[in-house]
Amino acid sequence: MAETGRLTAPAAPLASPVTLVRVAIIAGVLVTWEAVAASGLLFRDVVPSLLVIARALTELLMDKSYYWHLGVTASEIGIAMLIGGLAGLAVGILLGSNRLLGRAYEAYLYYLGPTPKIIFFPVMIMWFGVGPGSKVAMGTISCFFPVALSAAAGMRQINPILISVGRSFRASTWQMVTKIYLPAMRHPIINGVRLGLGVAIIGTLLAETKLSNRGIGFLIINAYSTFNMPRMYALLIVLFVLSIGVNALVGKLGGVDSIKR
Amino acid sequence: MIARTQRNLIPFALGLGTLIAAIAFMELLIRVGLVNRFIVPMPSQIAGAFERVIVEEDIPHRFLVTAREALWATTLLAVFGIGIGILLYRVKLLRDATETWVAAMASAPTVLMYPLFLVIFGRSEKTIIMMGFVAGLPAVILKTIEGLAGTRRVLVDVGRSLKLSEVQLFWKIYFPAAMPTIFVGMRLGMIFALINIVGVEFLINFGGLGQLINDLAERYDLPGTYAAICFVILVSVLFFFLTDRLEKWLRPAD
Repeated sequence: MAETGRLTAPAAPLASPVTLVRVAIIAGVLVTWEAVAASGLLFRDVVPSLLVIARALTELLMDKSYYWHLGVTASEIGIAMLIGGLAGLAVGILLGSNRLLGRAYEAYLYYLGPTPKIIFFPVMIMWFGVGPGSKVAMGTISCFFPVALSAAAGMRQINPILISVGRSFRASTWQMVTKIYLPAMRHPIINGVRLGLGVAIIGTLLAETKLSNRGIGFLIINAYSTFNMPRMYALLIVLFVLSIGVNALVGKLGGVDSIKR
Repeated sequence: MIARTQRNLIPFALGLGTLIAAIAFMELLIRVGLVNRFIVPMPSQIAGAFERVIVEEDIPHRFLVTAREALWATTLLAVFGIGIGILLYRVKLLRDATETWVAAMASAPTVLMYPLFLVIFGRSEKTIIMMGFVAGLPAVILKTIEGLAGTRRVLVDVGRSLKLSEVQLFWKIYFPAAMPTIFVGMRLGMIFALINIVGVEFLINFGGLGQLINDLAERYDLPGTYAAICFVILVSVLFFFLTDRLEKWLRPAD
């Protein structure tokens, strides 16, 4: 009987080449950053040492007032998403379900969508004052367009059989919306909400940087005014992590690729 | 033919008619005092302010300033965005390692870095151009990779059968085949860049059209502010419309 050798699996590498490249890139960036910070090539504090940024980040996360400001911004964005999202959804369903209305008005949404919304801020201040109202309004008009356009496109993608089934059961308009339309166009709506959330965050925070005494946007512009660069970097890092994280989370809820567009 | 024209004319007339009716209704509400004219100026006043704003505020010059900034940002996007996209496509390991990072940057609120850019570049056109460039970069990179990766296998095989070198293969096959998708990326990048350029002009009160709105609002010139906002909307709608048509011309199959 022939003797068979024992098959042994080759030792798995400690890390894949992709991971190694990622680690190398991150290490390269950090070393370059630290070298530039130590070189004095740029104005002092424009590129602070990583240790100083880490300390500022720790101080920021330990600061109770930071969470209050975060709460203000989060509530402004939340209210904006609620108003703008629901309005966008209603308009999108209306335009998507009626061919004439869609052809009459959707072009306006399509072409107004990419305009820079921050230019409406002086008008929003006139209408809603300098308080949180104008920031909520900025977030609302920012998120309305992507949600409305996605909902309208989603309505048109619904399988007509589903609509026929709903009608054959004599479903009311409310039942059609909640039992047929919304479940059938979950993916486009989540996608619209994801896009809407991104622009609502931008709209609200930019408004806060322009005129406010509360919120994360105010903290960023305040750090700029006092030339507290480590704090500004810390704020931007936290903001980016939160924004990308929330965006990915909303994407996961809809079962769509969270980040890739 | 006539039926088709009628089919297109009815929705167009309905949309335009609603817009005109809404403007007329707002004029009426303000005239009867139901809407405060010190908060919302009458549409007729806004229309009247157009000529004043164009002449007195030197709109053509401001338009050229914004256009120059947008052109610089677009040039940077074309050079670096397409360049990085090509690099990432050619070096697969680098692409696998960084593509998700680039995509994550696309969903990050990069425009909020403008105070940081103000510190680095000062309150100047450089800050505005760089903000436009950073905002549009991920879209151009991702679409360049997508366009190159989507080149039809048969075209590459034809190139190889003609014994083209790698450089020839890239310039004669890959790049022309990817051009429509790269243009989609450039268009997206230019839209993001334009939004950020006008937005940052407004926020830092410097530059062209964005600064004009800020100036007029600070002077409490309400009809002028509304007229300037309408002008910026018209410019961005026109820009979006023209690039949209160009994209449809480049991608007739879509």
